[in-house]
Parts: sequence; C-alpha cells; structure tokens
Amino acid sequence: MASVLVSDVRKAFGATQVIHGVDISIEDGEFVVLVGPSGCGKSTLLRMIAGLENITGGEIRIGDRVVNHVPPKERDIAMVFQNYALYPHMTVSANMGFSLRLRNAPKADIDTRVKRAAEILGLVPYLDRFPRQLSGGQRQRVAMGRAIVRDPQVFLFDEPLSNLDAKLRVAMRTEIKELHQRLKTTTVYVTHDQIEAMTMADKIVVMHDGIVEQIGAPLDLYDRPANLFVAGFIGSPSMNFLKGTIRANGSASFEGPHGVKLPLTGTPDAWNGRPAIYGVRPEHFVIADDGAEAEVQVVEPTGSETQVVAKIGGEDIIAVFRERHQFRPGDKVRLRPEIKLVHLFDGEAGQRLSA
Amino acid sequence: MADIALKTGTARAAPPDVSAWQRLRANKNWLGLWFMLPTAAFLILFLAYPLGLGVWLSFTDSRLGRGGVFVGLENYIFLWDDSVFWLSVFNTILYTTVASVIKFAIGLYLALLLNEHLPFKAIIRAVVLIPFIVPTVLSAIAFWWLFDPQFSVISWSLRKMGFITENINFLGDPWNARWSVIFANIWRGVPFVAITLLAGLQTVSPSLYEAATLDGASTWQRFRHITYPLLTPIIAVVMTFSVLFTFTDFQLIWVMTRGGPVNATHLMATFSYQRAIMSGYLGEGAAIATAMIPFLLGAILVSWFGLQRRKWQQGGDND
Repeated sequence: MASVLVSDVRKAFGATQVIHGVDISIEDGEFVVLVGPSGCGKSTLLRMIAGLENITGGEIRIGDRVVNHVPPKERDIAMVFQNYALYPHMTVSANMGFSLRLRNAPKADIDTRVKRAAEILGLVPYLDRFPRQLSGGQRQRVAMGRAIVRDPQVFLFDEPLSNLDAKLRVAMRTEIKELHQRLKTTTVYVTHDQIEAMTMADKIVVMHDGIVEQIGAPLDLYDRPANLFVAGFIGSPSMNFLKGTIRANGSASFEGPHGVKLPLTGTPDAWNGRPAIYGVRPEHFVIADDGAEAEVQVVEPTGSETQVVAKIGGEDIIAVFRERHQFRPGDKVRLRPEIKLVHLFDGEAGQRLSA
Repeated sequence: MADIALKTGTARAAPPDVSAWQRLRANKNWLGLWFMLPTAAFLILFLAYPLGLGVWLSFTDSRLGRGGVFVGLENYIFLWDDSVFWLSVFNTILYTTVASVIKFAIGLYLALLLNEHLPFKAIIRAVVLIPFIVPTVLSAIAFWWLFDPQFSVISWSLRKMGFITENINFLGDPWNARWSVIFANIWRGVPFVAITLLAGLQTVSPSLYEAATLDGASTWQRFRHITYPLLTPIIAVVMTFSVLFTFTDFQLIWVMTRGGPVNATHLMATFSYQRAIMSGYLGEGAAIATAMIPFLLGAILVSWFGLQRRKWQQGGDND
C-alpha cells in the first residue's frame, strides 16, 4: 500500500490541453473518487497514474517514488476497466492468475492466491468458466479479482459500474466498498455518477474542464460546496439557484428574481447591493406562512418522498418533501428556505460567499 | 393466471377444419424452402454438376471430341505408375507448403506493422494491396520478364554489383524454377493474408493490451498471450483459403513456365490441364483433378477442427 501524490500535473493531446495543473494528495489506504461530467479529464488523469498516458507536465508519486517515466508494469498498480477487459480466451482462474504467471510465480502460489481472491469475491464456482459464460456482475467481479490477486500498492477503477444495470450497480457499489474496508488498499475510483462518489469515497475530487473544482469529504462537499459547479454537481436533485442581489442594511435579505424576497442571515453590511446567487437544496425547503409564494408546476411522488417543481419569481425550482403533499398543478404554496442551510455564491465568479 | 394459461392452451390446438395444405402454407419452413430454391439451383448447376461430371469423367476413357465409356479405376491405376504425376504431387505439396508458411509469416508481420500508428497509414495499406489487385496474368508476365534468362533485371543488377558473373537461369533450371514460381506466388498472396489478419487485429479491444501491460506483459508476451490466441480463428480461416488457393494455383505457373523445365514446376492443376486439354485425354486429366480432392478436404478438415475446439468463442451469450 502507498500514498499517491499528484502535483501540478498537466496533459495535452497535441495543441489541446485537457488537464491544466492538477494537485491531489491521496493518503495511504484512502478511497478517493474522481468525479465530474464526461470530458472533464478524470479518466485521463487515472490513466496517467496507471502509466497508460504520458504526463505532459508536473509529477506523479506513488509511495516515495516519482513514476513519471516508470513503465506501467513497474508501478505496482492494478486497474479495473469500464469494459472489464477480461481476456476472452482464458478461464476465470487464468484471467486472475495471468499477471502472476507472467512473473513466473510458482504454480502452487498462483493457485492459492487465485483461490483466496475467488473466495473473497464469491467466484469459486466459476473458476473454470470463460468470460462469455458469465453475467455482467460476475465479469465485474473477475476484473476485481484480477486486481486483488496481485496485491498491488494502488487499485485504479475506471467507471467500473457503468456497464451494469441500476440494481446491480447499487449492489456492486456496496461490494466494492466492503472490499476496500477489508483490504485497505489505496484506491482511486473514477465515475461520473455523484451518488457513487458520495456513497463510496473517503475523499471526493470534483473535476471540471481539466481542473479540480474542490477536494473534500463527501458530506463537506454537500454542506459547503466551494463554487456553483460543485454545488450543482453534488446532490440529487440538484441545488436550486436564484439570481439576485444582497440587501444588508441592519437586517439581511436576498432580493431574488421579480423582487422575490428570500431570507438571509449572517451577511455583513458591506455586501449590500452585491449581485449574488442564492442556492437552496431541494430538501431544504419548508412550507411556511412566511415563505415566498410559489406556483406548483409538477408533482412527482416517489413513495418515500414528494418532488415538487414550482415557480418562484418566474424561476423553476425543485423542492423535495418527506411528507406526502397532495398538491395540484397551479396550486399556490409558500416555500421558505431553511435559513441556516442556504448557500450564497458570487454573482460573477460563482465562488462561495458565506464563510 | 389460470385463465390465461387455459386460453393459450386452447389456442395452440390446431382447429380441425384447417386442411393439411393450408397448414403447410402457413409453415415458415415451407416458405423458407422456396426462398432457398434459386440459390440451390444456381449451386447445383454451377458447382455440383461440374464437380460430379469431373469425377464421372475420371472413370471414363473420354477424349476431346469423343465421349468415352466407363473404365472403372483404369485412369487412376495408370496415374499410379506415372512418375510425372507423382512429380506434380510433390511439386504441389512443396509449392503449397513453402508458399503458405512464408505468406503467413510475412502477412502476419505486415498486419502487425500496419496495425501500429504509422505515418501515411492509409497509403501504405493501399500499397500493400496492389499485388492482389493486379490481374494474375499481368503479374505473371511481369515475373516472367523479371526471371528472363537474358533480360532479367535481377541478374543485371547482381551482375552490376559484382555478385555474379553470368545471368541466373531462373526458369530454366528445375530448382531455380521452383523457387521462382514460389516467390511469385508469395508476392501475390501476401496482401490477402495481411489485410485479412489486419481486420482481425482491429477487432481486438485496445483495453486488453492495456490490461496486459498493467499485468506486466512485455511486447512479446502481449503478442504471445493476447494477440495470437485471439487471432487464431481468423488465422484458421485465412490460412485455409490461402492453402486452397495455392494448392489449386494454375494461372501463375501456366504463364511463367507451363510446367517446365522438364515438368519441374508442374502442379496438379497445370498437369491436369495439360493432359486433359492440350493432349486431349479428358478422362486422365479429370482423374488428376479428382486426385486433388482428398488433399483439399484434408486442409478443410484441419481448419474445421481447429475452429471447433475454441470453446471460449461459444458458451452462453450474456452480452
């Protein structure tokens, strides 16, 4: 096991720069998730850690060693690919033992290690099958088995669950997390699914257009997003944003679109008149007589909660309630954001304002 | 639930008032038979009939312009004692084995090379195909000139460079002639092997190579454990075709040497043509051609069983 240090790493394909100086420090044994929309550079970064892509600038360290020019096979890492990349002509056990066979490990040793990995992953009955004869979830497990067998310093996962159906994805998510708790191997996991990131990570790295937007523990990112991008990316349904102006002379408030007045607290008077963006998570609205007037557009009951799309000051917002409200489209309700859970962002740069 | 089961059950039982003819008309396989007929007629007329006729002729004493009578195995018994026939068998086997092995080696090498990121890749791929595109007769004539005893550019170049003092007798000496026609056949056959194997290489997912790289495989090990095994089904097909084409080769030899010198380059195909058409002994020529069938069947069976053994390609389809 080892730590991974990514410092000021850049990557350009020809003249196109896709990663613009990324710094990430991954502790020994940590489960770090790189998350972001497609094209943000997260997979490229992972492949640079693996050594499958060259590094244009900066430095990557695995343990104490700078690995910029170390070939992949000497980096002591194992990677699970999105399409699993199982060798179709080898049985499950041959797939898992392949790396050991290449290193001329004694046969008995290979057998015990493959057997142990198969036991961990519940693959013992399938050891003599070929990949084609396995279901998607089983293939996924074989891909992980191939990584485990090697007992590497770092596991790299490249969107490993995106080829699975929704139900299996949830199950495998838990399995991967359990596996990490058991093996405690440093793990870097790439996904575009923020739920996967939130549920699995010790630390999330949110990437966007080749830069790191924020690094932090899942709940920190949820509670204190550093900017509009992170605020909008983490959490489902996404945070509501209302553009407007801060009013702070004596008592603070926020003037939203069409003069809608929204509550604010702890805002210094110096910010009076400052253009800003008011962010409220859907789950942080309450129905209260002193709330802003909202017109219900669509009601979507999911059973455990009710999602309501409504218009405040002409803007669509989503509110989520645990209670089962019997709203109808066109109903007028009064929605009040929970004042302590409101996020304020700069109107231009989009950076978080409140301390 | 029980209701539904009952309903489908009654629907399945054929209503008694439908005649056998109407049932036949509704049968998908009956319709399929009709769709198959044009193809079947075509194949019977142009493949099965000539093949059958050829085999039949080999049991007769037919000559050009004279229908023969059934003579049993007489033609074959005669050939059994014919040293030229056995020479043509030897030549054919030598020609096929040497040319196929070298075509495979060069073809695979070229395919691997073309699968890399080369500059001007598209142009190089097109250039590789040229020998395959040129009509066989034309390239044979070109080789005939290249191997000409007097005007050969190869002899000329070697002489100018001082390696030899006299022109090489390419097509006049038995062994020189054998190697020369084999060389021409290789030149013509390599593109087919190379391009087909290249197509096969491109179906191998790059992530397999990445996975193998991370697993610690060197370039050679990636070829040995990933590329080669994944390519075997295509190798089996392409080499079967290559062997069949080489074994039955006719044009190249006929244009360059006509089987000479002293029958040294006669293949079974050219020898059959010579006996049947040039000399007019149709029955004997047909027997020579028929004698090729066991060899060809053997080649097909080898690849058939080679393909059958690959269990990893079959199995349940869960994708």
